[in-house]
Order: sequence, then C-alpha cells, then structure tokens
Amino acid sequence: MSNYSDPRADTSLKLCEHCDAVFRRIRLDPGERAYCPRCGTELYRNNDRRYGALLPVVLASLIVFICCNAFPIVTMEIQGVSTRTTVWGAVRVLALEDMLSVSTLVFVTTILMPLVELGLLAYLLVPLWLGRIPAGFGPVVRLIRLGRPWGMIEVFMLGIVASLVKLSAMATVIPGVALWAFGALTVLLAVVVSFDPADLWEHVEAIEAGYPPAAEDRP
Amino acid sequence: MSPVRTAAQAGVMECPQCSAIHPRRRGGTACDRCGAALHLRKPDSLRRTWAFLLAAMALYLPANILPIMTTGTLLGSQTNTILSGVVYLWEDGSYFVAAVVFCASIVIPIFKLAVLLMLVVTAQVRSTWRPVERTRLYGMVEAVGRWSMVDVFVVALLASLVRLDALATVRPEPGAIAFGAVVVLTMLASMSFDPRLIWDPIDAHDKQA
Repeated sequence: MSNYSDPRADTSLKLCEHCDAVFRRIRLDPGERAYCPRCGTELYRNNDRRYGALLPVVLASLIVFICCNAFPIVTMEIQGVSTRTTVWGAVRVLALEDMLSVSTLVFVTTILMPLVELGLLAYLLVPLWLGRIPAGFGPVVRLIRLGRPWGMIEVFMLGIVASLVKLSAMATVIPGVALWAFGALTVLLAVVVSFDPADLWEHVEAIEAGYPPAAEDRP
Repeated sequence: MSPVRTAAQAGVMECPQCSAIHPRRRGGTACDRCGAALHLRKPDSLRRTWAFLLAAMALYLPANILPIMTTGTLLGSQTNTILSGVVYLWEDGSYFVAAVVFCASIVIPIFKLAVLLMLVVTAQVRSTWRPVERTRLYGMVEAVGRWSMVDVFVVALLASLVRLDALATVRPEPGAIAFGAVVVLTMLASMSFDPRLIWDPIDAHDKQA
C-alpha cells in the first residue's frame, strides 16, 4: 500500500470534532473560519494566505531554534562569581541531580518536540514547493499532529521570565542571546501551529491532479 | 439550539487525522488516504480518561505538599513548595509574575482536575445537562493545560543556573517530579476524553422524541 494511494478522498462534508454534527463544506475567503452552530467549535478555516508564508517561517524557526540552543539564556553574577546556563545545561543538571524524569520532560518539551515538528514540516513543505509529494506523507502528517501538544516553547519562555524575576532579587542577571531567540521563536511557532498540517492534503491533491506522470503509474 | 444532522443520521464518519469522509461501517479499519485508524469514538475513552485522571488526582497531593526546590545561600537554606514559591514572588513585589505563576500552577491544575472529573462523570451517566457549556469547558481544558509546566521549567532553569557552591545553590526536590507528572497525566486525560460523548445522549434523546 502506497502512503498516498488515494489523495482524492471525499472532503465534501465536515464533521464537528466535538459534537459530531455534519455540515457541507463551503468555500471560505482567505482568513475566514467556519464554526459549528450547535456547540461553537471551529470546524475549518481558509489558510491559503498562511500556506505561502509557512515554508519561510519554518526555515526561520529552525535557524532561531539553533540560536536558542547554542547560546546561553542568561548569565548570573553574585559577588564577582558568574554562572550561565543553556537549555541543554538545564537538562543535564536535572539528570545529574537524580531527576531523570523531569530532565526527560524538559528535553522532550523544549528541544525534541519543537525540532521534530519543524524538521518534519520542512520535510513536507520543501518537496511540495517543488511540486513533488514526499514519501510517507500520511504518517508524517499524523506524527506532526501527534507531537504538537508536547512542544512547549511558549510555556518555557514564561518559565524563563519567572526565573529571571526570582533571580533578580538575589543576583545581577544579564540576558543572553538565547533569551531573545526564545522570544522570537515563541512568535514564529505561534504562526506555525496556527496551520493544521492536515490542510496540506489539499496541496497534495492539486499536485496529483496537475501532473500527468503521476496518473500514468495508475492502472 | 439549531437543528443539525448528526454523523450517525448521515451514515458517515471522518478520519481524525486528515478529515477524509468515510461511510460509517469503516470504523475499525484504516483511512485510505492517510492510513490513520478510523474509530467512531476515541477507543476506550471513558476508561482511559478515568485512569489518567485518578492517577493525576493521586499525585496532586504530593505535588503540592512536597518541596519542589531548596535554595541554599550563605544565610541558610529554604525549601519551597509550589504555593510558597508564588507567595515568595508576591512578597518580593513581582505582582504580575506572581499572578501569572499563580494561575499557571494553582488555578489551572485545580480547574483541569475539576472539569475533567465533571465531564467524565456526566458522560458516564449519559447526562443531557448543558452540553454547549460542557463542550466549551472541554475546549478550555485542552487549551490551557500546557501552561502548568511553567514551574517545572523554573525549577530546571534555577537548578542549572544557581550553582555557586557555598554562595548560592538551588537543588530540585521530589515535588517537581510529582508536579510534572500531574501536568502530563491531565494532558493525557483530556486527550483521551471524547467530547462527542457529551452529545451522544442528547442525539439519542432527540431521536426518541
């Protein structure tokens, strides 16, 4: 079974994911959203405008993500002695302090999951942009959607702010490059997660329909 | 409430991962388009939600009673729980950050546990009580759950930064493990809960009428 054996699935209807009501899909204008009249849940939205910006935003996020992890978040000084930390430093210290579970949690939510999301999105978007369908399209979309709730960069950003405020009472704190990088990444990822990767199926269908060589493979 | 057609009446179901429409008898098979498992309802929804929820409730107590970190300075050492950390911030004059951390660490976990308990009990007894409000509460739990992780991140950052031996040290304490577990377990509980179970008794009721 090919991973995108039949991209031209029936999408004429839309079911409300919260109350199971059925609606006929209508064409929305860019930026418009459709809501369920029964329970108020968002049904679908027109993301065409965002789709064009998505690949640049994902690539920018990857670069900023590297800065987040390569530079110290903050430097602290007490009586002439200074220490600094990075995300990886936090993960390592927790592991050394016999807190392997918390260490793993921090690693997964602030390093692994954001990286997986951005990497997989780039893996899908670059070939689509070139008019090709990447191998394993279906499983990759599912993986992105599965991992998404566990990437917590914006929460980590709030954690950094709360830590700085706590520290400023007892020491001099100097913000590092990664602090600003995390601020930027929070904004970029807000744009990324507003796009549902399942909407990419539409573009796969368009590529299948527009490129006859793909049709020749079929019996 | 405007009358709507339900998926059961229309005889259709949707792939949860790619939104492709399939006939209802396809439940239990895989989606032709993306390969995701098709289910009419999230499998074992109530049982799984109960399991994660009860585990989260059991850990909620140690998460709040045990210290999450110890701060040692030249002047002596001090252990902090989740709540005393918020009080410390407030007394320090950082009212805004104290309020945000209070919401994230105290209000949101209690809200999540209470709402999930209410949802799973009302779904279990097939209640038809206020479905719109219950659905909205479920949406809120889904949206705010992750923010409780703030305190875990604060402990991680302080422990890795404040390491000046005798001068000042922050050590993480077991409360942080319990608290992190509560956040993860409540997130799993809300993911396992199927909000369509709120509406099933209502749609069945309408059919009889």
